[in-house]
Amino acid sequence: MSDTENVVDPEEVRHVADLARIDLDDEEVDRFTDKFADILAYFETLDEVPEVEAEEDLANVMRPDDVHDGLSQAEALDNAAETEDGYFKGPNVS
Amino acid sequence: MSTDYNGYITTERIDATGDGALADVTVAVKDNISTEGVRTTCGSAMLDDYVPPFDATVVERIKAAGATIPGKTNMDEFGMGTTTETSAFGPTENPVAEGHVPGGSSGGSAAVVAAGDADMALGTDTGGSVRAPAAFCGVVGIKPTYGLVSRYGIVAYANSLEQVGPIAPTVEEAAQLLEVIAGPDERDATTRDASDAQETGVEEGEGAYDYVAAADGDVDGLDIGIPTELLDGADERVTEVFWDAIDDLESQGASYHEVDLESLRHAVEAYYVIAMSEASSNLARFDGVRYGQSGGYDGNWNETFARAREEGFGEEVKSRVLLGTYALSAGYHDKYYKKAQDARAWIKQDIDEALDDADVLASPTMPVPPMELGESLEDPLTMYLADANPTPVNLANLPAISVPAGETDGGLPVGLQLVGPAFGEKAIIRAGSALA
Repeated sequence: MSDTENVVDPEEVRHVADLARIDLDDEEVDRFTDKFADILAYFETLDEVPEVEAEEDLANVMRPDDVHDGLSQAEALDNAAETEDGYFKGPNVS
Repeated sequence: MSTDYNGYITTERIDATGDGALADVTVAVKDNISTEGVRTTCGSAMLDDYVPPFDATVVERIKAAGATIPGKTNMDEFGMGTTTETSAFGPTENPVAEGHVPGGSSGGSAAVVAAGDADMALGTDTGGSVRAPAAFCGVVGIKPTYGLVSRYGIVAYANSLEQVGPIAPTVEEAAQLLEVIAGPDERDATTRDASDAQETGVEEGEGAYDYVAAADGDVDGLDIGIPTELLDGADERVTEVFWDAIDDLESQGASYHEVDLESLRHAVEAYYVIAMSEASSNLARFDGVRYGQSGGYDGNWNETFARAREEGFGEEVKSRVLLGTYALSAGYHDKYYKKAQDARAWIKQDIDEALDDADVLASPTMPVPPMELGESLEDPLTMYLADANPTPVNLANLPAISVPAGETDGGLPVGLQLVGPAFGEKAIIRAGSALA
């Protein structure tokens, strides 16, 4: 564990896991709480970085919107665990 | 043909479609690069039966050039690791250093080349994932300039950092494979034509993509810059071998000077914040509905997604997705993500300036020799710190090569990294070919 003020608590890990849509068991929450404290303490050194004017060399990449062959419906569905009438089958929406 | 060091995840042979520079050559392909009809797992239980309906552009190109693909190589799950130990298919052992890791995340690709089970291989490099395993296995690996090689068909981890790169026993062979895969692709809008982009490194009478011709070993008059920051924290066993290799280059007519690049001290944390943030967004696509591990049909979308991802992702992937989500979340974005982007811009400026006064920059590829199997999994931060030398190159969008520099007294391979200016692949290939 780090001794800085920035330590993460288990509730925060649960909240982030909820945002990221990943279930965690209690043991994982404890383990990640310790691990994240160490890693986030290390990320603190970014505070020493000055503000930098980035000179980005960017250009738009355009192409004509031409129709061409894509995947067939069967190919697109081929890796789904379940399908119904040519559609992906998902869980209830709410 | 499987291997006793667990180099391949799948050993289904894929035949060539044409005839060309890679006729009769076997090229193994990392398992995050899509192969039509042959499963592509990314080293993850999430995708253990995922079969892509199309080829990545790089796969199309090597097949058309005559290459046979002997199999799909083992890797850290979704590329997230430095040792190839986070694979859901078990770790790969280093075939030239028994009991040690092969480096990662393209550890399977480097291992099969080092063991002679494939002539060459493709890996991907997001923060050193081609160069680290090349260094640890005693072979050559190239991370191309961002935009030189198409990423179409690569399962994304951190789009703004990653490139596909070749791994081979010699610089000339790696250059050959790079010639085949390089060049613009209308399916990847971030690719650029090196002929237009190139400002440096083209000798009179050569085309922008004549990489094999550049492997002439001529380093007479080469000016090498050595960033002290990349040697300060390095293991003495590594720096000894590194300086011997620099002596070797000097004896062939090169000269060197040291440079201080303070920004490089922040490369590891900038890399991890940016890579984790991009990963948290990229990996949101794995919901278990269209492909991948299903979360079943009990409960609502959020509950089944969260269950699919709990079951499908391993520890390191969960960890990086959660930290990336945290770094982008309200209240922390400016503190982590924005500062990491500042660090990235600073590092890019620093390296570009250093390359105004040098042809190439040199450092040990990795600051440590290959770790023992199992050593680094318990301590992720130590594993992250081993990425200090390769990560600045990805943050600066530049090309770099790792060539074998020699071995430690204990017989562990050490790699020398050479970094060049944007689209200056020829400069690093020429310099590297003086050693391997």
